[in-house]
Amino acid sequence: MTDVTAPAIAAPRGRLSGHLRLAAGAAITSVFIGIALLALVWTPENPGRLRILQKLKAPLESGLLGTDHLGRDVLSMLMAGTINSLSISLLSVLVGMSIGTALGVAAAARRGLFESVVMRICDAMFAFPPILSAIMVGALLGPGALTAILSIGTFMVPVFARVTRGAALQIWAREYVLAARMAGRGGISITAVHVIPNIASHIIIQVAIQLALAILTEAGLSFLGLGVPPPTPSWGRMLADSQTYLQLAPWLALAPGLAIAFAVLGLNLLGDGLRDLLDPRRRMST
Amino acid sequence: MLHALAFRLASLLLTLFVISVAIFVVLEVLPGDPAAIMLGTSSQPDTLAALRSRMGLDQPAILRYFTWIGGIFVGNFGTSYSYGVPVAELIRDRLTVTVPLTLMAITLSLSVALPLGVFSAARQRGLTDAFATFYSQVGIAVPNFWLGLLLILLFALTLGWFPAGGFRGWSAGFFPAVQALVLPAIALAIPQSAILTRVTRSAVLDVMNEEFVRTARAKGVTRNRALWRHVVPNALVPVVTILGLQISVLLAGAVIVENVFSLPGMGRLAFQALAQRDLIVIKNVVLFFATIVIVVNLIVDAVYLVLDPRLRANA
Amino acid sequence: MLDVKNICVDIAASDGRVARVVDGISFTLGEGETLGVVGESGSGKSMLALSIIGLLPGVARASGEILLQGESLLRLSEPEMCAVRGKRIGMIFQEPMTALNPAQRVGTQIAEGLIVHGEMTHAAARTKAIELLERVRVPQASQRVDAFPHELSGGQRQRVGIAIALALRPELLIADEPTTALDVTVQKEILDIFDELVAEMKMALIFISHDIGVIGRIADRTLVMLNGKQMEQGPTEKVLRRPEADYTRMLLTAMPRRARGHLVAGSAEARR
Repeated sequence: MTDVTAPAIAAPRGRLSGHLRLAAGAAITSVFIGIALLALVWTPENPGRLRILQKLKAPLESGLLGTDHLGRDVLSMLMAGTINSLSISLLSVLVGMSIGTALGVAAAARRGLFESVVMRICDAMFAFPPILSAIMVGALLGPGALTAILSIGTFMVPVFARVTRGAALQIWAREYVLAARMAGRGGISITAVHVIPNIASHIIIQVAIQLALAILTEAGLSFLGLGVPPPTPSWGRMLADSQTYLQLAPWLALAPGLAIAFAVLGLNLLGDGLRDLLDPRRRMST
Repeated sequence: MLHALAFRLASLLLTLFVISVAIFVVLEVLPGDPAAIMLGTSSQPDTLAALRSRMGLDQPAILRYFTWIGGIFVGNFGTSYSYGVPVAELIRDRLTVTVPLTLMAITLSLSVALPLGVFSAARQRGLTDAFATFYSQVGIAVPNFWLGLLLILLFALTLGWFPAGGFRGWSAGFFPAVQALVLPAIALAIPQSAILTRVTRSAVLDVMNEEFVRTARAKGVTRNRALWRHVVPNALVPVVTILGLQISVLLAGAVIVENVFSLPGMGRLAFQALAQRDLIVIKNVVLFFATIVIVVNLIVDAVYLVLDPRLRANA
Repeated sequence: MLDVKNICVDIAASDGRVARVVDGISFTLGEGETLGVVGESGSGKSMLALSIIGLLPGVARASGEILLQGESLLRLSEPEMCAVRGKRIGMIFQEPMTALNPAQRVGTQIAEGLIVHGEMTHAAARTKAIELLERVRVPQASQRVDAFPHELSGGQRQRVGIAIALALRPELLIADEPTTALDVTVQKEILDIFDELVAEMKMALIFISHDIGVIGRIADRTLVMLNGKQMEQGPTEKVLRRPEADYTRMLLTAMPRRARGHLVAGSAEARR
């Protein structure tokens, strides 16, 4: 069918810009990881602490980024929200990556009916964007981390399956694999020894890109109330809460939105930079 | 060529079958007792029993599945529990918002992405290119609901040019209706156009290096004419591909954006049904969405046959 | 008619270095004459051709003098050059597979030159396209005119390429390895077409090939290139029978002896 790595179409070329992107992406991503790790042990204020008397204060009036409608410190919430975004995205991508890769390399190794069935199932799964899955799962399980991870992870499975299958097929066609087959090596053995190490770069690149997507999706789910419930801070929910006070307190909408945008931007740049580094001329094809 | 279309149609039906089974299993089989889910923990045994019999939960799952699917073929999607009206009616009403919204978003998105992508490819390393690159990187990083909020802040609350939300229906006037859809359409269009700009640029760059462009120039065709008459038509294939793939993303975006702007569309219906735990509505709406995605992909395949004559031979 | 003086083509590589791929080539060409340019891959033959028609890639720069009927081509602006291309200079490329727009019918592609130069209406151009297809011996021309390139064979596509180049009856035709990608039997047919058309239209023809046998058959004069420089130039029969440069000798000895014999016997001059 069609190439699913939609956001993964090659970005503008140029060796300098490639290195620049990698550096910028790595820098931004590290900053966010750093903030998340920091927030695990310290934030300026307790993000859950309600101080109704201090509600809706502007930035610098109370805390670096102001307070929300319940008096909570925005900066602290933002920092704590980083933990939420990163952990949910990471878990979702891990789920998607492990199941997807397993399916993809298996499909490439087995071929035949198994491959067709797997690809067909992937096509079907593509029809379920995470939001729809979340609505279904959310109706059953209610909002929460599990709902988010399941919904997002489910969508990632076909993505990884396609990418790994495509890359694996190319490896299978290579001569040293043919030689290994002649020598009597089995599918599992070849997959482990030859295929996986060679497609590792493709997987890594896709992980970066899908992490970006996962953060965006998780924010969307939280915005709709399908992510982690309060009191755990989440960027998406902060944005949802900000809508009522949009004119009164615009900073409430700006801060989490910028956080999301930068986190996603950083990961995208990282993914692009990695791709330029590991895969300069080739496109990923199915 | 008829072969190929028939094959694709069969493929589509098979996929839809798989999807509908999946939805059914998740929403009716896995929970064990869908009625209990719908009514919540504090439900009375009588209401529970009544709902159970109304949903036909005493019948075996397979029978219920086929009743559902059979019903769909005759346009009967069941009756919503929370609204008390046939789901088909609900969907029809909501579509009058979601379809125009989505079409507006796609139109806006293409009108920006195609020219920007083509010009930035033609004038590499120029200002247009730098802008296009910046736009595509930033555009795909910003969440569309945040864009929605910012647009509301600027254009609705501050400038007052557009409403901050709500939709009074087409019967209340064509222009007010369109006005209500502009900001949400822009919010949807920006991330989409960012991706499409990138794809277009990439595709045009690829095609520009093809031999036949040189043949055209050797005839005396100017750079401009070569670009628009030879390069762009051949570059459209990947663009159409990505656009097709984007449909599911667009629909998902519509769900969120409709909520931001309080538009009574399909997305909001899905969300409200979720809040009410109205599994009947959810079941049908999700199937509807999934069907749209699959059908759009079929249309995309058909469009390929038009764009690339080489495929007609193999089809 | 065509006077090329000391053409040099420099290419700027991505790391800043400049490579000279054509180094001081000069020749003249009269009406109805065929110049064969022979050399191995990388000798700069194609760059030479592209410099004449002004379609060098962006990183390349040409210097020297190219005079077409006394007019200096290198000094023309892009729009002026567009007026020259197709109308006064035509070019045929090597790969029939990729030289035609896959999304356009061949008739449209042949007619485009006619329309772009303001010569005729769409309807008249279509008629002319059919005529041209017949000229290049494409069977069932009136039906083939609406075909897409992938529906034609390699030989037919190359003929379409010739038809495109000839549509406006240019004074000069440049053929860059037109037969290299074709089967040998098809090659012969294409070369026959070249012979006919050149004789009929009295065009000057620059025929580029790495196959010295083909050059021997079709060219009146021959220019041998190596690494951008001219190794030898002269009447074909002389260059093939009594080569002066070692490199030319080397090219000739690389051919099987029997073929070599045929080569000289069947050269264009000998045929006249």
